[in-house]
Amino acid sequence: MAGALYPEPRFRVNGDRALLVEYGEGIDPAVNERVRTMAELLRILRPLGLQDVVPAYRSFCIIYDPGVTGIAELKRQILQAQQQLANVSLPSPRLIEIPVAYGGEWGPDLAFVAHFTGLPLDQVIRLHSRPLYHIYAIGFAPGFCYLGGLDPALQTPRLKTPRIRVPAGSVGIAESQTGVYPLASPGGWRIIGRTPLTLFNPARTPPIPYSVGDGIRFVPISEDEFQGMSAEGVP
Amino acid sequence: MRQIFRVRTPGPYTTVQDRGRISFQHVGVPVSGVLDELAGSVANLLVGNPREAAVLEMTFSGPCLQVLSEGVVSLTGADMSARVNEKPILPWRSHAIRAGDMLFIGSARKGCRGYLAVTGGIEVPLVMGSRSTYVAGRLGGLEGRRLQEGDILFRGEGESMSRPRRLPWIPAYSDAQTLRVVPGPQDEYFDQKMERFLSSQYIVTSHADRMGVRLEGPSIQRDPGCPESIVSEPSMPGNIQIPPDGKPIILLVEQTIGGYAKIATVITPDLWRIAQAKPGDILRFCPVTLDEAHHAYRLWRAFLEDIAATLETS
Repeated sequence: MAGALYPEPRFRVNGDRALLVEYGEGIDPAVNERVRTMAELLRILRPLGLQDVVPAYRSFCIIYDPGVTGIAELKRQILQAQQQLANVSLPSPRLIEIPVAYGGEWGPDLAFVAHFTGLPLDQVIRLHSRPLYHIYAIGFAPGFCYLGGLDPALQTPRLKTPRIRVPAGSVGIAESQTGVYPLASPGGWRIIGRTPLTLFNPARTPPIPYSVGDGIRFVPISEDEFQGMSAEGVP
Repeated sequence: MRQIFRVRTPGPYTTVQDRGRISFQHVGVPVSGVLDELAGSVANLLVGNPREAAVLEMTFSGPCLQVLSEGVVSLTGADMSARVNEKPILPWRSHAIRAGDMLFIGSARKGCRGYLAVTGGIEVPLVMGSRSTYVAGRLGGLEGRRLQEGDILFRGEGESMSRPRRLPWIPAYSDAQTLRVVPGPQDEYFDQKMERFLSSQYIVTSHADRMGVRLEGPSIQRDPGCPESIVSEPSMPGNIQIPPDGKPIILLVEQTIGGYAKIATVITPDLWRIAQAKPGDILRFCPVTLDEAHHAYRLWRAFLEDIAATLETS
């Protein structure tokens, strides 16, 4: 799939203090891997005036202080960093296992998803906990992951009327997407389970245990295991 | 740390804000912070604080606060006809307050958001390097929420000034404003409609909060062949996104990622004007190059430095 990668990054001005750097078209693991490695490299190199590097599907956004640096300088440093890609070894993507109690009070929409997809309950759980999901982007809410890799057999439409409150840790499906709500919030996804882990903790550094490019696998647990597990994942 | 206020009535949307969380957008936490950097900075300087100390941001109208200990306060931003006990107090200058006083802050007559600073700053725990409230994420400020009746507010350590301070001028708030924009990041989606966007006037709707401001006015459609949405990408305060209905939305400080194309982005020195725009106000957009925008940015920083120097020597 390397064909999707641009030979050179493309730059887009994102206002007076940010620059978008694009590495390819569409949603593609190779493009996202390049985004992840370049974002990590820039975090390590810390060009003068850099305030944040925000990676997403096919681009990252550099937020900078225009009082200190400009885009000509930043572009130069990005292209220079790219030359070093072959010479540096960056941390490999991590695999994060997220325990999930499916169904029951934790997953009030599991039965609907089974009905809608025509699959037995245990098959829905099996298909949902089998893939290694890829984190393409983090945003929308603190720690919320945009995941790729949902089995197409599980695609289910959103609720017609969103719930006013979805509890933190809820695992849901919406069309071709799946994800976890790190915080309680309103939401329209079909909720099929819940993790006892606190995924987003502002008092922790870093506040989330994953970043863009990492893999996530959902591990089915029983209700007893859910009750016995602490928010930090220690039984 | 001392108790400074008891909240008698909170006002419709009053939160603790400082300059925001500047390096956590990559974990999905938006910058937050004061929407009007000019008014927030000046409020702090008037009471002898660093510019980025935590203040109260009040939308449309303000709270009623019982004063629990002596201190110095200032009110900036929208003129909310404040009074201490029965006595009206003027905005954009410092005032001494004493235990037992009652601070009434009314409704905005001009502008939309008022700022209240107190010597020592509003003291709440630092969360990810900031005291700013992010209500949707339930973090920062007072338990991640807006003020409510009965809250006790604390102030940090700070030395009261020997003399009162005032700004020798005050910013004028107009109900029609022109905002400078840098085209993009997806300006090429709108080649045929850019002229229409830049020559039209837009009205601020009531769908306006710290996340964004929806505008009413001439609809802007994408050029033929351009997709309805883009692959989600990081967004910035000031981005003007165009959803499929063609009605522009200016993004502010509570969003990190979005999937709509953005025709242009309001420059940093003009963001405070959006904070003071209220429903019904008129906005127009004027394009500048990135070089011009950076020049304006440097002038803006120098302007804030000048104000700091003026007030600190007054």
